[in-house]
Amino acid sequence: MKTKSKILVIIGSILLLGTFIFPIWKIDIEAPQYPEGMGLYIWINKITGEGPNDLNTLNGLNHYIGMKTIDEESIPELVFMPYIIVTLTFLGLLVAYKGGSRSILTLIILIILLGVVGMYDFYMWEYDYGHNLNPDAPIKVPGMSYQPPFIGSKQLLNINATSLPWIGSAFIGMSVLLFGFSYLNERKNKGIQA
Amino acid sequence: MQKKIQFLVLAVMLLPLIFIIGCGKSSSSLDTGDAAQRVYVKPGEYDEFYSFMSGGFSGQLSVYGIPSGRLFKVIPVFSQNPETGYGYTEETKAMLNTSHGFIPWDDAHHPSLSQSDGLADGKWIFINANNTPRIARIDLKDFETAEILEIPNSAGNHGSPFTTENSEYVVASTRFSLPIPNQDVDIKSYKENFKGTISFIKVNPESGRMNLEFQILAPGFNYDLARAGKGPSHGWAFFTSYNSEQANTLLEINASKNDKDFIAAINWKKAEEYVKAGKAKAMPADYYHNHVDEKTRVAKSEQLKTVMVLDPKDCPGMIYFLPTPKSPHGVDVDPTGEYIVAGGKLATVLPVHSFSKMIKAIDGKKFDGEIDGIPILKYAEVNAGEVQNPGLGPLHTEFDEKGFAYTSAFISSEVVKWKLGTWEVVDRIPVYYSIGHLMVMGGDTKKPFGKYLVALNKITKDRYLPTGPSLTQSAQLIDISGDKMKLLLDFPTIGEPHYAQGIKADILTKDFMKIYKNADNGNPYATKGEKDAKVVREGNIVRVYMTAARSHFAPDNIEGIKVGDKVYFHVTNLEQDWDVPHGFAVKGMNNSELLIMPGETRTVTWEPKQPGIYPFYCSDFCSALHQEMSGYLRVSPANSNVELKFGTGK
Repeated sequence: MKTKSKILVIIGSILLLGTFIFPIWKIDIEAPQYPEGMGLYIWINKITGEGPNDLNTLNGLNHYIGMKTIDEESIPELVFMPYIIVTLTFLGLLVAYKGGSRSILTLIILIILLGVVGMYDFYMWEYDYGHNLNPDAPIKVPGMSYQPPFIGSKQLLNINATSLPWIGSAFIGMSVLLFGFSYLNERKNKGIQA
Repeated sequence: MQKKIQFLVLAVMLLPLIFIIGCGKSSSSLDTGDAAQRVYVKPGEYDEFYSFMSGGFSGQLSVYGIPSGRLFKVIPVFSQNPETGYGYTEETKAMLNTSHGFIPWDDAHHPSLSQSDGLADGKWIFINANNTPRIARIDLKDFETAEILEIPNSAGNHGSPFTTENSEYVVASTRFSLPIPNQDVDIKSYKENFKGTISFIKVNPESGRMNLEFQILAPGFNYDLARAGKGPSHGWAFFTSYNSEQANTLLEINASKNDKDFIAAINWKKAEEYVKAGKAKAMPADYYHNHVDEKTRVAKSEQLKTVMVLDPKDCPGMIYFLPTPKSPHGVDVDPTGEYIVAGGKLATVLPVHSFSKMIKAIDGKKFDGEIDGIPILKYAEVNAGEVQNPGLGPLHTEFDEKGFAYTSAFISSEVVKWKLGTWEVVDRIPVYYSIGHLMVMGGDTKKPFGKYLVALNKITKDRYLPTGPSLTQSAQLIDISGDKMKLLLDFPTIGEPHYAQGIKADILTKDFMKIYKNADNGNPYATKGEKDAKVVREGNIVRVYMTAARSHFAPDNIEGIKVGDKVYFHVTNLEQDWDVPHGFAVKGMNNSELLIMPGETRTVTWEPKQPGIYPFYCSDFCSALHQEMSGYLRVSPANSNVELKFGTGK
């Protein structure tokens, strides 16, 4: 592999670790009684509120419609996602050290696949929270479910929730792009050689 | 003769007409066109200033927005407040302890914001209790009363608290002189036995905690108001006095005889030195110091038994008298610290003393006798000028940043604007009616905001819709940004608004508290989570450790309480969400409800007298299911053996 391709792969691999520093998803919450706004950050290893008490407050509000409390311990993804990221970083470094254009392509496909699986998993998690409601909930609106949007905005009773990928996801995106450049660079060089 | 009488009758009949025309004229002069716009704060927008107004005989402190004149909060200080439980709960009862026992009321007059370098710093606000002498400190992080200190050897704590330039001290002077220490004497022995005191209360710069550092024994006059010096006069404080006649009956005549009374100028830095040098004598005293513990947020009382007293006879150079015409009321120091304006309430002129002339007169020993070892300075040697025609009954003066002073005139019911240095009156505006104090935003600091002036009036008569014999008190907002003063707004106030303080809103909104953190709740009876909610019997004392969260109490069913029990409800609001208080009220409660802020534990007691079922509920509309936030208590006869049971959702 050319030095330039190598550097791109190394940077790309390290960028994956950005998901430890930034959340990968954000759900913004607006309601008439909350002019100051609330928000949830989804990280690879935790879920936090935007304000120090947002998570508590949301859990408190959600009990009215019978949603489960958001409890990190009941979300196994938060345990194994960090391992996946670290493994991918190592794989990337290994590819930079030894691999060729094909292994870069494999890495890209692997990340995209994992991303798709991850997003599907996130969607299912949201589905579960929005649909599996406590039958004893004080507020029951016939036909109403409370699944937060996957991407974009959705009005849920008095709450308008907006869900978007956050900075951590951009790091993954950048890393995929760099791998892509590296792959093209390798292909181009091969083309010249051939 | 008959013609004369006819004329008189006609004149009397016409009088109301003249009055009406007069009134009509003055109200048309109010027609300032843009007044409505000047005071209009759009829904959802903030006022530019906070104004803290004394609640007078309500004993409380109110918080208003300026220029809108909207009332935001009444802070309970010296009076019990069943609305929140202040003075009723186990956590706040101790705040109202005094050497005379528990006192549920007082007369609060003068708020004073803490200062750094002569500017309001927004940390605390102090206010005096006039009747049973005390000073309270309110913390401006949560707008709650944090401390109350009783002042011994005092009666009528009127000239108080008036902070020094860096809140080194707040002061307290006695309106009523007394035998010191107090004792049973013939009232007619006033001249021989009665004394005044002037107290200096040290403020801890970090915690704000007050300590009565020393008192100065003063001749038996009536000490009225006070101001600390600033800039060059920093280190001095000035106290007006009246009744230098030392009358003890029919003061309105007997205390109004002397042509001049005095302003006492006290060099408090010198007084500090005398205390350090051991000149102060420890005198037995009896006074209470109540404060809210920072960790537990539970008020505690401490009874104190001595006070350090300085006698001017032993302390040369500590105190001087400035002769001042006719029973002066207010004493106000201009932003430069050079001029000391006295409100000679019965005088026809407004005397202004000069600090630099005073120092020169002291150095040159320009004395005109002395009283009890206190030198009297010669009037001409200290006087800088007299404002002619300052209105009738001038009381108080505040300042803007352009060298103008504004004096309230009680009898002629007006604000008079005049220029410092030339002493000429440049404008006057009527106020409705009988103004006492006035307040320019920051007008007692080194840097006033000469934009608004608030007139604090004693009488409203026809200004508002009538409400029977008892009418509202009133404040009036006056625009002082231009050459001519303009009346912008009338707004009602709580109690009697004696004095007020104004501060730029952003100083306080920078760092304000939204909730008390659950993690920091140090109340010994706090319940940190619903799982820990319980009911415990200790003899005939029953302690209910209860939590409140939208929209239920835990426990909400309690059985096994008996007639003769004393039940303590320790209710913790578990919310950590801004503006979600919960209330707590039981049928037949003899004290007050609880209003519990997020993260707070408050305790109220209840002694059931009859067996039966007693509902309780949340009295603050907290959520969509607020009406469901309730529970039942079962009270059984004293000799029954119903076992203690409690729970929620069981």
